[in-house]
Amino acid sequence: MHAINYEAPKTLKDAVALLAQHGEKGRPLCGGTDLIIQLRAGVRRPDFVVDVKKITELTHLSYDAKKGLRLGAAVPAIEVCENHDLKRHYPGLVEAAHLIGSNQIQTRASVGGNLCNGSPAADTTPALIALGARARVAGPKGEREVKVEDFCTAPGRTVLAPGELLVEILVDAPKPHSADAYLRFIPRNEMDIAVVGVGSWLHLDGDKVSAARISLGAVAATPLFAAKASESLVGKKLDDAAIDRAAKLAIEQSSPIDDMRGTAEFRRHLVGVLTKRTLHIAAERARKA
Amino acid sequence: MDHKTVVETTINGERMEFLCEPRQSLLEVLRDVLGMTGSKEGCLTGDCGACSVILDGRAMCSCLMLGVEAAGHKIETVEGLAQGSKLHPLQQKFLENASLQCGICTPGFLMSAKALLDHNPHPTEAEIRYALAGNLCRCTGYDKIVHAVLEASKAGASKAA
Repeated sequence: MHAINYEAPKTLKDAVALLAQHGEKGRPLCGGTDLIIQLRAGVRRPDFVVDVKKITELTHLSYDAKKGLRLGAAVPAIEVCENHDLKRHYPGLVEAAHLIGSNQIQTRASVGGNLCNGSPAADTTPALIALGARARVAGPKGEREVKVEDFCTAPGRTVLAPGELLVEILVDAPKPHSADAYLRFIPRNEMDIAVVGVGSWLHLDGDKVSAARISLGAVAATPLFAAKASESLVGKKLDDAAIDRAAKLAIEQSSPIDDMRGTAEFRRHLVGVLTKRTLHIAAERARKA
Repeated sequence: MDHKTVVETTINGERMEFLCEPRQSLLEVLRDVLGMTGSKEGCLTGDCGACSVILDGRAMCSCLMLGVEAAGHKIETVEGLAQGSKLHPLQQKFLENASLQCGICTPGFLMSAKALLDHNPHPTEAEIRYALAGNLCRCTGYDKIVHAVLEASKAGASKAA
């Protein structure tokens, strides 16, 4: 690894000031499970590594029945997975966080870091998009909120401008009879990058769908919000025909590539399968919620 | 700053201080600065788990943490498993079950398994396999490792220090 300077600011204000000062030469450090690898490979070469794990807003995790979820950018995935409220109210997000790497990776890697790394195949991003999550960003010009579905702009790239930092991820409190689900296809059982990942969220009113959100991962340059597929379900009875139609529309919105993990044709097939399965799981959970 | 800094931490129950540059990983510090060569370097990308240590009770890859980040944390390494000449039940069961050949993955597996049993004293076989998914072994084919962890859990390994 090239020589780096390490700083560990204790306040958000200090972190923003440091990152603004360093610009392209600075990079925030959360769990390090992406950044340290990138530093070793020379893919990123910041002079300054700004450890943000001492900042309360970034390590804060709370659930409130009215205000919903506040997930600090540096909270390790394992804390998401072990949190009783999150398991109950956002099981899809917990499922996604628990699929990241291994236990060792989850001890350090954060959902916020997963988002900021900007991989099209990030596991937790489609789960967040399905929940309609928002990203709270702080920077030298102040704070702003960005919808998670707008956060990633290209492989490895996000809307974060130099000096900006993800503070936390916000998700609304779940409505009654709503629930999420996330499934990923990988060739092995663990430790693989998603070939396809799908996150679905449904809000039911009896046997009709009040609202739906389907999100696709690893089948485009960024994780996607499948708007047409989601809208196709609204106001309809959630039967096989509706689910099939949503799956077909999800496939149409995807634009997977052939690579060593799978062909585009296989990935389109998986989008259909995982969309149907996650809709079924979300529906069953929503009925009980 | 990029020059060496003093880091205070607790390793295997002992308060320790070391000097390191920011670019040195915890693995490098353990092996090259502290001479604790039990933790192994396998991939340096967090895939193989050979460098696994326990940080504040949870397994993690020491190659993916900077030495400077260790300040104020509690670290357990394979060197801390045996109490003098008394082996930890996991170590004992690994030997009895021939769960190692070249042994390079073994420290990582032991720490991963200890972290599992400390949280879940009686895991099922499936839970063991999933918990150890972050550790790779080229020699044994994993079965004997899983068996050793199962036996260690039945021998009350989670109660060992």
